[in-house]
Amino acid sequence: MKRWIAAVVLGLSMAGVAHAAIDTYEFAKEGDRERFRELTKELRCPKCQNQDIADSNAPIAADLRKEIFRMLGEGKDNQQIIDFMVDRYGDFVRYKPALNAKTALLWFGPAGLLLGGLVIIAVIVRRRRVQRAETPDALSLDERERLDHLLDKNQE
Amino acid sequence: MRRWLMLLPLAIFLVVAVFLYRGLYLDPAELPSAMIDKPFPEFSLPAVQDGKTLTKADILGKPALVNVWGTWCISCRVEHPVLNKLAEKGVLIYGINYKDVNADALKWLVEFHNPYQLNIRDDEGTLGLNLGVYGAPETFFIDAKGIIRDKYVGVIDEQVWREKLAAKYQALVDEAKP
Repeated sequence: MKRWIAAVVLGLSMAGVAHAAIDTYEFAKEGDRERFRELTKELRCPKCQNQDIADSNAPIAADLRKEIFRMLGEGKDNQQIIDFMVDRYGDFVRYKPALNAKTALLWFGPAGLLLGGLVIIAVIVRRRRVQRAETPDALSLDERERLDHLLDKNQE
Repeated sequence: MRRWLMLLPLAIFLVVAVFLYRGLYLDPAELPSAMIDKPFPEFSLPAVQDGKTLTKADILGKPALVNVWGTWCISCRVEHPVLNKLAEKGVLIYGINYKDVNADALKWLVEFHNPYQLNIRDDEGTLGLNLGVYGAPETFFIDAKGIIRDKYVGVIDEQVWREKLAAKYQALVDEAKP
């Protein structure tokens, strides 16, 4: 057990190390460092598509990090920087896509499916209830007779 | 009503199957370009051959291909002979030498022939960035007014040209005729 815990702890600590490409940027303001981290996490590398640009070692990701650094230095706000990237690489570069006609399905699709599922379940449940109310539990005379007959037969 | 409901799972399966089947033939590495129907970005960069400053005005006037290449890009080498042939046939091609060493680029052009009408030297990748380039080779189709009308990512080989791109280029040429 102890070994297991040690292995897990080691594994987790290594995950932290393996992460993030190393750049040396000197930020003018301390807040910029945080924003740089945020932006490079939110933007997706166009070349190695399942990495954010903070994480990727592709040359294009390095270029984009440099560009973000430059724009931070110019005092652009986050929205301006993201717009700059989207203008060039499309909605694709955002891990958190903007809400527009093209991405509406992406944003509301899951909630829509969930709602649809709930509606279907509600309809089924209601229908069952109605059905049960319509078919009384009591047996008809005929059925009772048959049941008695069967039970008697068994006892014999 | 009941019978119709029984067919529902089949219907859902068929819809999903159609999407998955289509997915087999989609290339997830291919991004829809955000630059289509936008004007070619302004630039002021030296030419590869003589270092003369080139600007957007130099590539206006006629529909053309703008090919992003580099000597470090192996697929560009595969593409190069095809570009040579196209240039021979009279297709106007401009080059962007993207993040390259200029001496290497010059050597390449001498060795493998030069299909480019002119070649823009983009050492820092700034023009590439403004074009949304994410890997060479990429080829932009611009019209006479310098609007980006189409983009092809990847190697243009003879088949791609014949089946996909020739018609697009021809359409731009026809459009430019008075």
